[in-house]
Parts: sequence; C-alpha cells; structure tokens
Amino acid sequence: MGKSQSTAADIALGYDDESRSGGKTMAAFKELITLIKTNATSYMMYFALVVIMLVFQIWTDGKFFTAQNITNLFNQAAYVAVLAIGMTLILILKHIDLSCGYVAGLSGAVAAIMMEKMGVNVWIAMLAVLLMGLAIGFYQGTLVTKFGIPAFITTLAGMFIFRGLLTRSLAKSGTIIVTDETFKAMCQGFIPDIPGNTTGVHIVTMIIACIAVAAFVWFQVRSRRNKEKYDFPVVSLSIFITGCIAVSVVILFAAWMLAINKGIPISACIVGVILAGYAFMLSKTKLGRHIYGIGGNDQAAELSGVDVKKVTLFAFCSMSVLAAVAGFLYTSRLSSATPTAGLAFEMDAIASSYIGGTAVSGGIGKVTNAIIGTFVIMSLTNGMNLMSIDISYQYIVKGIIFIIAVAFDVKSRKK
Amino acid sequence: MSDEYILEMRNICKEFPGVKALNNVNFKVKKGEIHCLVGENGAGKSTLMKVLSGVWKYGTYTGDIVLNGEIQQFRSIADSENKGIAIIYQELALFPELSVYENIFMGHEIMRNHSIDWNETIIQAQKYLEKVRLKVNPAAAVKTLNTGKQQLVEIAKALSKNCSLLIFDEPTSSLNEDDSENLLNIMRELKEQGITCIMISHKLREVTAIADTITVLRDGSTICSLDAATDDISEANIIKNMVGRTIDDIYPKRTEKHISDIMFEVRNLSAEDRATGRQILKDVSFNVRRGEIVGLQGLMGAGRTECALAVFGNPYKYKITSGDVWIDGERVNFKTPKQAIKKGLAYVSEDRKGNGLVLIQDVRYNISIANLEELIKRVSIDDNKEIGVANQYRKEINIKTPTVAQKVGNLSGGNQQKVQIAKWLFSHPKVLILDEPTRGIDVGAKYEIYSIMNELVAQGMSIIMISSELPEVLGMSDRLYVMSEGRITGELPIEEATEEKVMKMAISA
Repeated sequence: MGKSQSTAADIALGYDDESRSGGKTMAAFKELITLIKTNATSYMMYFALVVIMLVFQIWTDGKFFTAQNITNLFNQAAYVAVLAIGMTLILILKHIDLSCGYVAGLSGAVAAIMMEKMGVNVWIAMLAVLLMGLAIGFYQGTLVTKFGIPAFITTLAGMFIFRGLLTRSLAKSGTIIVTDETFKAMCQGFIPDIPGNTTGVHIVTMIIACIAVAAFVWFQVRSRRNKEKYDFPVVSLSIFITGCIAVSVVILFAAWMLAINKGIPISACIVGVILAGYAFMLSKTKLGRHIYGIGGNDQAAELSGVDVKKVTLFAFCSMSVLAAVAGFLYTSRLSSATPTAGLAFEMDAIASSYIGGTAVSGGIGKVTNAIIGTFVIMSLTNGMNLMSIDISYQYIVKGIIFIIAVAFDVKSRKK
Repeated sequence: MSDEYILEMRNICKEFPGVKALNNVNFKVKKGEIHCLVGENGAGKSTLMKVLSGVWKYGTYTGDIVLNGEIQQFRSIADSENKGIAIIYQELALFPELSVYENIFMGHEIMRNHSIDWNETIIQAQKYLEKVRLKVNPAAAVKTLNTGKQQLVEIAKALSKNCSLLIFDEPTSSLNEDDSENLLNIMRELKEQGITCIMISHKLREVTAIADTITVLRDGSTICSLDAATDDISEANIIKNMVGRTIDDIYPKRTEKHISDIMFEVRNLSAEDRATGRQILKDVSFNVRRGEIVGLQGLMGAGRTECALAVFGNPYKYKITSGDVWIDGERVNFKTPKQAIKKGLAYVSEDRKGNGLVLIQDVRYNISIANLEELIKRVSIDDNKEIGVANQYRKEINIKTPTVAQKVGNLSGGNQQKVQIAKWLFSHPKVLILDEPTRGIDVGAKYEIYSIMNELVAQGMSIIMISSELPEVLGMSDRLYVMSEGRITGELPIEEATEEKVMKMAISA
C-alpha cells in the first residue's frame, strides 16, 4: 500500500535519522505514532477493517473467519468492489453517479432476458449489455459535460429512469431464474485446481498467493529503491519491513481460508483484473494524470491543455460499463434477475470509495483503497447477516460508520 | 481630540508573508468630505480599506483606527458596520435573484412579532431609493437592473444601515459615462446630507472633479495628502506622486539583444463577455519578435488577462467577434488551450492558486501535466524520466523544495511561481505569456524570475509580460503596449517610455 501516493506522512519522516539514535524499537515506535497521526485517514480504514472483523468474529462465536464465510464475503463484495472502482474516478472528478445501482440491476435483468427468454449466447448477451452500459454512460456523461447539468441531477433522473426500465423489463416474467452455467460461474465458480489433488488444499490458490506476495514485495522494494535514489522521503526500514510482512501475512491468510474451501472465486479474479487495470491507468497513464489534475483544479487542468470534457465523459462511460459488470456479478450470485436488484448499490459504492480515502473535495483517491473500503462495508453486511440482524438496523449501522469515516477524513485533511 | 476628523488611521502596518503591504500609513478623513485615495496597483489602498472595515481583523495589523475620537477594534465586517462604516465593492455583493427591497434589508430585516414586516420593508426601501435617486420598482429582481443601478441599490443598502462613512472601491470602473456622472452627483448629494465618502479610484479626472482631499499611497506608505482648496491637484502632480520612484538595479540587464523577425502577432482582436454582453476587447493588435520581451501594461480591469486568455485557446469562451492570431507566420486562431500549447504558446497564469497550479499535487506532477506525451514510454508514464525532468528544472530555475515529491501547496509563492514557469518551459514554447509573474512574491524571487526571462529571450524565445507594476515593465521590456478599457491605447519603445507617459495612456479611456 501507499506505493505511489506520498502523503503528509512522508514529510513528517524527515527526522527519521535523529530519532534512531535513541534506540531502535523506541524510534520505530515514535515513527509509527507520527505515521498514524499524519496519515490518519488511510490507517483508519485498515484499523476499522480489523476491528470490525474481530468484533464479528467474537459476536458470531467464530463464524466470521471460516473458510465458507470468507469465500462468501469475496463473492458478496465483488459487485460492490467493481462499482466502487468506477465510482472512485467519478468522485475524484468531483461528480457523483446515483444511477449506477439501477444500471447494474437493469443490466443483470437484460442479460437474463436475453439468455433465458431469447436464447442468446451468454457471451453475446454480455457483450450487448456492456454496450448498453457504454451507451448509458455516454448519455449521462454528455448531459454533464455538454449541457452542464450537475451530475447529481443527471444521475438522479437516471436512477428513476433505470429503476423504471428494470421493473418494466421484468413486469411480465417476474424474477427470472438464470440457468446458464457459464454465467452462474462468474460469482459462484472457482478457479480450477491441478487435476488429482487430494490434499484438501487448493494448490493453485496457494501458488497464486505466493506469486502475489512475491510480486507485492518486489514492487515495494523497487519503489522504495527508486524513492531513495531521488532522495524522496521513505519510511524507516524497520517499519517498511513490518508493513511488507503484515500485508504478506494477510494475503496468505486470506488465500489459506480460500484454499481449504474451494479456492479463489472467479469473481475475485474478475475484480482483480479490473482493479489492476484501473490502478495502472490512474497512476501510470496520461489519462490518470488528467483525472487527478481535473479533480485537483479543473481550471488549471484546462489551461494546461487537458480536455476536461472528454476525460469526464470517459469517467461516466467507465462507470456505467462497470455497473453492467456489477450487474452480471450480482445476478450470477443469486442465479436470478429480480426487480429489486440495484437498490442502494450506489450507496455502498459511494461509501466504499469515501471510506477508502477518496477526498470529499475531489482530486485525491485510489482504487486500491476503495477496495479496502468495500471490504469494510461488506464485512459489516456479512457480519450482521451472520448475526441475523434486521436489514433496517444494517442500514443505520452502515450509515453511522460511513459518516464517521467521512467526518474523520474531512477533519484530518483540514490541518 | 478635535472632532474635525471622523476617521483617523494612525501608523497602520500590515504584513503578508514576504511583503509589507502597509508601512506606517496615516490616513485622516474629515467629517462630511469626499476623500479620494489614489495609488498604483499594489500601493496598499485595498488593504487599507480592508483593515478599516474589519476584513483584516484587529490584531492582524498594528496601529490604531480612531473613529469619532474612539479607538476601534473591529473583529469582523459586522463590527465596522455597527459603527457606521460601509464598503461598496467593485464586485457587487447583491443577490441577483432577489428583489431590490429584499436586497436592501438583507441581514437587517425589519421585524414585527418575530416575522419580517414586508409592508414596512417596502415603504422604507422606497425612502432609501429616493435618497439615491433610483426610480425602480422595489419589487424588481436585482438582476434586471444594469450595473449602474445595482450600484445605487448597494448604496441604498448602506444608507439603510445608518452608515455615516461610505467607502467606494473603484465605483466607476464598470460604469459607462452617464452612470459614472450620475454616481458622482449622488456622492455630492450624500455629502450635503453629512455623509462622509472615501473613494478609491484610478480615474484621476473624476478624482480631481469630486475630491475635497486626495491622499496618495505608494508602496504601502502615505506619500501626501492634498487639499483640493489649497494644494496643486492637477493630474500631473498626482501622477508624479503616485509613481515618483527611480528604477534601481533590481532588474538584471541583458548584455546583448538579438531581436529578429515577428514571432507572434494578434490582429484586430475584439471579444465580448457572453454573460453580460460587455465588450472586453476592442480591436486589439500587437506583436512580439523573436528574442524580445514585450510589456503589456495597464491598470486592473484593462483587459490584459482577457486578451491573453482569448489568444490562448479561449478557455473561458468569450465571444470573439473579430481578429486573427499568427504564430511563426501561420494563422492559428486556437479553439482550445491544448491547440495553443501544441503550436508553442504558453500562458503563466496570474492566479497561481485559481487556475495555474494543482496545489494538492506534487511538484513533479504539476511540472509534467502540460506535456505528458514526452514522458510516455510504450503506454505508461516513465517515472524516472519524469522525476529527472522535474529535478532538472528544480536545479535550473532554483525551485526551493526538499524533493519534487513535495506538494506544491506547501511551497512559498515565489517557488510556486517557478513551478508554474517550469511547467510551461517543459512544454517547449516559442512564445511565453507571463501574466503578473511577480505578483505577491518577494524581491529575491522576483530577481530570479527576471533572470530566467532574460535567459529565455537570449535563447530566442518571445515573451509577453503582463504587469501592473510600472517599474517592472519599464525595467524588463524591450517595447511596451499600454491597454485601457479593452483597447491598446499606446505603443512605446522602451527608450521613450516614462512612468508619466505610460500612466497617462493607462488612465486615458
């Protein structure tokens, strides 16, 4: 984590060398405190995630950290994660998309109708729905950029329209059961294991986890070397190593939980690929830089030759296409398309992104952190479901956690 | 303490980081007079009025404000209003959608039984409108009135608060002849009713016509106070006092000049503001040669920034009614800043924070944003190259920052300005427009920026420098144009330019 986005923490770490003279453990501890203080928002979200998970582990008498439930959590979180990735771009640009929930719902329904009622091939159906998502994004993006209608209004109208279309499309048939195995595999299936494995542990999963850990450490070390080369501030070595070990342990633990069940869910792979693509786009490409530039100061960006309208249009298109993907994942998990699909999806996505540290004032945000935010929100949902807490209370709890996270973020950015 | 003076500001000092905006200013206003405050841009007039009205609250400045013989400690605008001081700002502070009477009593509504007494409000509004001789329906929405009438509503609002000291900040800058004349008459009438007026103005003709006393500020100090009845208040004398300063060697000299063919030319550019229909540029023509620094002088609001932006791809979508832009012998007429940048034009904004830099981002991202193409290796941005470029500029133009990973918002004004310049140098321009390049930065950084400019023209670049600071324009330019009210009112080779000549052109309409 914290690979490319250096925050105030990095500045505070300037006195790293002095403090070390006092004794290594003490210095590292002091540095950790400074890190936490100056980097409060991003640490808060990890802290919240750990606390929430542990609390549910206790309250559910150990049902939270079971292989089955962790697999469930991944599948449950997938559609929100996909939405949160798209939403992060929109929020960095200081816009919002309230319609994405019902765009997801509608997409699932249209895909189901095409496959089950019209007999269209699963791949063609999905491609068609993705194009529909693109068209919706283009329509909303055009209203925002060309007509200057605020995104809040445009997508609020979209929320009405797509909810109506969703209800309409399923009005005759009611809930449609999806029988296509390929489609269902998206959010119910798992990656294949090597044939003849009888150990009870999914070998491929553990191999992938090891590769992931190796890649993570390699990237961290390379990034640190690079920073040192240019005298950029870096955290002290002990904290760096502790951080790397902690993340590796978490990856391996999660992988182990999955491996003793059925392996990595396909949904997680889909999210992983999308996440990697967007993270790369935001941090390494011209488009990404332009998005941050516009979010930070749209006028300065415009005067620096950035095509603000085109980039904004792209973000809305990407959001609606991702909403279509989220719709597939949700429909796949339930094996059915229902008229209620899409309700409050956008809320979970927006909350995920903000909890993941996207700045309320725009210009700052990372898709990788939005995924952490998704896990915070979905752990709440998952844990409360395990405890059979009524949905009404779930909304209240999620709302409170959300507002605390944002208040914390706003306050810590003010100084 | 005699009660001849309604207001005395004694030894007022106000500092901003790196700049001493007011240095021991003494300012005395007699009861019932019209007192004009004049000075160049940046002389400290507006700052002084902000101190007086409580915008800069008690404790952020030193010195005393004595109103009616009592020392005041204003902590907010409300405090000064309670004591009878009201400011009419250049940009009017009215609510365009609300009616005239709602505007007049906004913030001090007439109440009866815990609710607003609208009938009484309208009756009272009528009374104040008569005082400023404004014949409009009090129920009309303010946005339906023209600027001159809106200003009168603002004055009516101030009168309704029972103020005894009215401050006008450039009241006629956005008014036409008739409205200006009308406003001056209203001021005379107010004077007869015993209300004291302070007017800040660049228009010396109006100043000499209306003032009882004229105070001249220069570089944050009071230069003189002229009594209209006894002293010489000719425009020439006022201008002499406004500028009266010798250009010392704070401007690095160029050893040799290589000024050659015309690099950039604007012909007959006219433009209107789409929202108000006001003409902001009238038949503007100018050119810059290779290796030349051309100054574009003028007072605030003369249309210099608008001119630069209209040329630089017109990002704020002015309605351009005529005119052509030529760069290196090619007619270009850019539609977007992107096109302008591609063809070698660069614009260093006067408003670093507003539209120049992305303050929440690192130095390196700000430097690279206008020319990311050059940093792309295969599909992604080459970090090493980007940091290399940023570091190179950091060294070359001496940007003082621990590393290029620092947030631009954490740098000082001068260094922020250098980051802006670095951004545009990296876009490899042929023509560089610098809009108020040294505004709000300290003397040392100014010198560095001047040196950078000299180096760039030595390499064959063409520079257009927009500046309100006369000495700077005279010290740096090879040639200069003067703008006033959207027109070019004069062109001078540097040898013929004097402060008095330029000031006269800048004030002429």
